[in-house]
Amino acid sequence: MSREGVERAILRVLRVLGLFFFVFIAGFPFYWMILSSFKSLQEILLRPWDLGLGKGSIDFRAYYEVLFEHGFLQYISNSVYVSILTVLLTLTLATLGGYAVTRLRFRGQAFMSYSILIIYMFPAIVLVIPLYVIFSRVGLRDSVSVLILVYLAQTLPVALYMLRSYFQKLPVEIEYAGLTDGCSRLGVIWRIVLPLSAPALASVALYTFMIAWNEFLFAFMFLDTPEKFTLSRGVVQLAGSVHLSKQLVMAASVMVSIPILLVFLLFERYLVRGLTAGAMKG
Amino acid sequence: MLDREQQRTFLEKEARFAFWLLIPTFTVVAALIVFPVVWNLWLSIKPVALADLRGGSLFNLNLTFDNFRKVFADAEFFSILKTTLIYTIVGSGLSVFLGLLSALLVHGEFPGRSLFRGLFISPYIAPVVAVTFTWSFILDPQLGVVNWFAISKGLLSQPIPFLSQRSWELHLWGIAIRIPLALTSVILFEGWRYFPFAFLFILARLQGIPEELYRAAAVDGASPLQRFRHITLPQLSPVLSVLFLFRFIWTINKFDDIFLLTRGQAGTKVMTIKVYDYAFGEFNIGASSAVAMVLFVVLTCFLFVYFRWMSKEE
Repeated sequence: MSREGVERAILRVLRVLGLFFFVFIAGFPFYWMILSSFKSLQEILLRPWDLGLGKGSIDFRAYYEVLFEHGFLQYISNSVYVSILTVLLTLTLATLGGYAVTRLRFRGQAFMSYSILIIYMFPAIVLVIPLYVIFSRVGLRDSVSVLILVYLAQTLPVALYMLRSYFQKLPVEIEYAGLTDGCSRLGVIWRIVLPLSAPALASVALYTFMIAWNEFLFAFMFLDTPEKFTLSRGVVQLAGSVHLSKQLVMAASVMVSIPILLVFLLFERYLVRGLTAGAMKG
Repeated sequence: MLDREQQRTFLEKEARFAFWLLIPTFTVVAALIVFPVVWNLWLSIKPVALADLRGGSLFNLNLTFDNFRKVFADAEFFSILKTTLIYTIVGSGLSVFLGLLSALLVHGEFPGRSLFRGLFISPYIAPVVAVTFTWSFILDPQLGVVNWFAISKGLLSQPIPFLSQRSWELHLWGIAIRIPLALTSVILFEGWRYFPFAFLFILARLQGIPEELYRAAAVDGASPLQRFRHITLPQLSPVLSVLFLFRFIWTINKFDDIFLLTRGQAGTKVMTIKVYDYAFGEFNIGASSAVAMVLFVVLTCFLFVYFRWMSKEE
């Protein structure tokens, strides 16, 4: 056999093995998370190695307990509220800012568009301490609104940057036509720029939703009152309070993961674009 | 045609409008990002404890290097620095490497490709609390499936505490190798969680390599491996080095993952954890800010070396 043929055959085998490997490492933790959430405490303690469910029994008790006895019903609604509000605010402010940076002439334009990305250089833990101290001092720390503001600050620079690079590709002529026809600038943004930017807005919305939904550190440091907990904060609380009942922690983990994974699968195209654009220009 | 005067008022109006459009963003970012950073810089050269933050002494000009002296005198400081660098470099490298492998596997047309792609990205999309708790459970010495499985199959005689033991001796053909166990686990987690990020970029880049290059090479008799070595790799090398840069910056700044997996115990204490420990363990805000500054300097040095090296490559 030729060298070409031998290498091809070997590579084909390696590809199948490699795919198996990655499917296993990427999928197994999620499989285990879901599986364990349907087990009972006895099964967790007595047969930890069971790869399937014993005697075909699916136990929903963990979900019931987490939702109704550990307050997760409330956490879900808090997380939804925080994430959606963050998305709406980010979209609004980033659209206005992105438009200003691309279409309007003013001093410090270049500075505004690049300096915002310096946020990448600073770890969240460095930001969290001063904010913790200040907000504690003015008595605003344990508040969902402050949390939303913090998330806004985390997502806005990237969102603005993403929208900016999209706006730059939009034809200016239509906007000029709108302006000459007597549209105000805001009217142009609302009637012309926004409808044309739907795909970019979708990417930004998904990216922002993911950041806000998944965020752990600020929620962990800022929120004290259980009624205000987001899901991530709630999972940490739960994991600290139940020691052996791993099925509860896994059920909670499923609840916090499923919405974001679903959203992601439904809108994969936009999210992938959002992630890649969010990290690099162009 | 507008005359000069009209044009000037028009420009002024435009600039004023831009100002109003940007002011909300600017305020939020200044208050919640720029301010904390400046504050850190200020407090790192001030003698200040958490309790002092109530008084007005914050604005006195009694500057000091005590905080830095304390930080450098700390017996663990250099081991923390070392851990941070190992964690960051190996973790970033691993995630880029796994991203490259997975992208090469998924590249090309075959049935179920988008399913694979979706599955491969999941570790990166899922919330950090969910995946850290799941891995802690899987690796748990008492209840974890890995240890149970290995013991029931006779591969291990006793469970390995992957996330809570500093080092572990691996016996291979009579040679004992000491492995920094918890640190290795945390680095592997890092590779697992962030390879999808590299995967996405590399996959996009792979699709951008012109087909003609491969065809021409095949005509010239280059085998698949040679084509990979001489076409794919050189085409990918810019994106690979940018990915490593991004992962390096994010990993060195990462706090959540290690905090949730080990709380910085068992030889996994990195600088971000130390920032937290000083602030909330010892209530020493000054020292905490000083560590944050050291972290920032380390990162800046890395960027400097990186860009010097990059410009030499070109």
